[in-house]
Amino acid sequence: MSILRQGLLIAVIIGFLWTVVLQFTITVALAFGTGGGYTPVFLVSGIVGITSAIIWILYNQTINPLKLMTLQQVLTIVLMLSLSFGQPFGVPLTESLWLQVGALLVLAYALNCTLRHMLNGITIGLQVRHNAEMAAIKSLLAFGYLFFVAIVMIPFYVMIMTSFKSQQALLINPLDFSLDWQLGWGLFRSYVELFRDYNFGTYLLNSFVISVLTVLITLLFSAPGAYAVARLKFKGRAFMVRGILLIYMVPLIVLALPIYIVFSILELRNSLVGILLIYPVTTIPVALYMLQGYFRGLPEEVEEAGLMDGLSRFGVVMKITLPLALPALASVSLYVFMIAWNEFLLAFMLLDDPSIFTLTRGVSMLNSSEIPRQHLMAGAVISTLPIMLIFLFLERFMTKGLTAGSVKG
Amino acid sequence: MGKPLLIKLIISMSDIDSSTISRDASTSSSPPKHLGPLQKKEALLAWKMLSPTLLIVALVVVLPLLAIFWISVKPVGLADLRIPTPSVYERLRGNLINAGDVAVLQYRISNPSREHAIEGVTLTDDIPRGLSYDLSGTICEQKAQTLFCDFGTWDAGFRDKLLIKVTSLSPFKEQPDVRSTKPITTGTSTSNLVNNRFTLDNFKQIFSAQEFGDVLYATAFYTFVGTLGAILVGLFAALMLNQSFFGQGLLRGFLLFPYVAPIIAVAFTWVTLFDPFSGSANALLLQMGLIDSPVNFFGQRGLALVMVTVFEIWRYFPLSFLFILARMQSIDTQMYEAADMDGATPMQKFWYLSIPQLTGILSILFLLRFIWTFNKFDDIFLLTGGNAGTRTLTVNVYEQAFAISNIGGGAAVAVVVFACLLVFSLFFIRFFSKEEGL
Repeated sequence: MSILRQGLLIAVIIGFLWTVVLQFTITVALAFGTGGGYTPVFLVSGIVGITSAIIWILYNQTINPLKLMTLQQVLTIVLMLSLSFGQPFGVPLTESLWLQVGALLVLAYALNCTLRHMLNGITIGLQVRHNAEMAAIKSLLAFGYLFFVAIVMIPFYVMIMTSFKSQQALLINPLDFSLDWQLGWGLFRSYVELFRDYNFGTYLLNSFVISVLTVLITLLFSAPGAYAVARLKFKGRAFMVRGILLIYMVPLIVLALPIYIVFSILELRNSLVGILLIYPVTTIPVALYMLQGYFRGLPEEVEEAGLMDGLSRFGVVMKITLPLALPALASVSLYVFMIAWNEFLLAFMLLDDPSIFTLTRGVSMLNSSEIPRQHLMAGAVISTLPIMLIFLFLERFMTKGLTAGSVKG
Repeated sequence: MGKPLLIKLIISMSDIDSSTISRDASTSSSPPKHLGPLQKKEALLAWKMLSPTLLIVALVVVLPLLAIFWISVKPVGLADLRIPTPSVYERLRGNLINAGDVAVLQYRISNPSREHAIEGVTLTDDIPRGLSYDLSGTICEQKAQTLFCDFGTWDAGFRDKLLIKVTSLSPFKEQPDVRSTKPITTGTSTSNLVNNRFTLDNFKQIFSAQEFGDVLYATAFYTFVGTLGAILVGLFAALMLNQSFFGQGLLRGFLLFPYVAPIIAVAFTWVTLFDPFSGSANALLLQMGLIDSPVNFFGQRGLALVMVTVFEIWRYFPLSFLFILARMQSIDTQMYEAADMDGATPMQKFWYLSIPQLTGILSILFLLRFIWTFNKFDDIFLLTGGNAGTRTLTVNVYEQAFAISNIGGGAAVAVVVFACLLVFSLFFIRFFSKEEGL
């Protein structure tokens, strides 16, 4: 394995891989941004990367860093252009010249920075294990940032951009996500149509009201239960905690079938009341489980002091425990809100009447061959945006709630 | 955030019994055998506080579970959800404008069910004033101004016409409307949902179905690979975010997007992105020359299963990474400092320090995510609808019950799902009990 610790080899590998990765990333970004026919030139970028890395490792201790940097970047640009016969991104440079030049400059600069960062401390010859591993780890980490940002960003980018396009534009070039700014407000025509012709205003309101009520009902039921399990001593307490844990392992689809039957017979199907009867029950166990954990973390002595000073148990809960647990209540509320807002299965099975859909049910209605794709994506954006805004503003609470409740998914 | 909450809970779960016992023992030399009045009061209060939750959970979780077992051994289809009732259609033939006019009142009666008889059928209808009904030759009788017929039992599929000669006693300005009052019918019947016919056909049918092997394979692949993948990707993300760098908090929030967004939005986005005709993924791959013709990612057998599993990994890695990151940040840094002093390399620190510290959380995570992936329905349903070899057990419940209207079959699959789950849960609890011992 010691051959893998040769400084030169490390430089060659890292130079090759990273130039290929960077060039691929920039090409995909160009393609997604403009819809042009950009393709990566793997071989060329590999050669350029290896050359650049070797130069760096040979001269980084002898040449002034600024000079070396300039030299490397100039060399990268020249090599990229000449080896690819003037097509550094798979198309002639003359096609949208300035964009390509810009991309080339970015590539040269990014490559230079990456190499300096990755190969920091690496010299020619055998490296100590620590340095060799550091180079590999830095590479992996940097690749991780790129990878994760890309896989999360691309679907959401596609979702948003598609909602602004027209059906023909999508069919002509599915890669062209550039916006036609001349349309002005016309860009939002899918949204306007959804709100005007498809009742999405009502759906938005329905979803919001149902989610908020679900949160309230859930807290009303689960907070006393959680307190009892966390604080009061009674036979079967441990059994109860485990029972709760087990109950929310029962899949919803198993319960949905009998619920569908009973609701059909009781004519609760197709009513928001029916939905409101069932949503809290799916969230009460998880809320109870989360809350009892928080309650248990609160110091018991404060409550005992309250009891000693003559408060009733109810008084203790209202005046001491709940105020102390406010952040926890916020986390649980947000988590429950998210579950109710995103719930699809029950809404899909129980609601058939387009005048009382929830948002998720409304979006699923748009998935038909007669309704254009951009409408579906606009619906997806409308359903995603509110929960994202809540998430961004209350990230701290939300993340806590997710961590505590992530046994459910 | 200290230790992840779940771990804390699990550990504290085990403390419950022991702490109660030791506290009692320390207050008096011989522990009391019976509950004191205060303890009784406390227990009563606890049950009172828990009762609303217990009640509602029993109603909506336990009852439906029992119902599933019941339905799974009944020959029930979607049509059986309605108990058959007598059907009556009323019309008048002829004119009744002048006194002495004769017309025929016709009741078309039938039992809409082809399977079940209706017992004790009666029909009641108002007789408009000024009309005389001739009830000879019918089984009906007139009580004051109402018509009453007692039909007894109607066999399955029974249909008949009841004809009554009607004479008008006085002239009418316009035709009297016999249909202004609806005939009221009574009758009791049973449906397959509630009668005492039982069958094992549902189970026979689902087990012998040719695709059941495919269903089991898809479930196993999706659950195993999906869970493992989500945890490994989550571990990688957690390692990445455990460094301190500019924008770390921002990136952490950003990486949670796939999980926080509604499933319906992200699933349809994936479908759009990988569409064989207008999807960007195909366009990109074609442009780069990696494929020759568009690939139907969610429609091709084999590939579709891989794609839904990749989606599962993509959507649920944020949960794993949150969990793992929380545990990582609670590991004592002194350990790493000591390792640094001893000249440990980064990989050695990862293998010999981090991984042992994380095995507990990783195995718990695996079990939990395993169960939850096994339970997943929405994702596959929205991505492929269970086609192209992606039908897992949970999707099969829906397919049986609603796509082919065999509620009993759906319930039978649900019973299988529940049985699997019970096994996992027992394993889970046993494992936890072992962890508690630590």
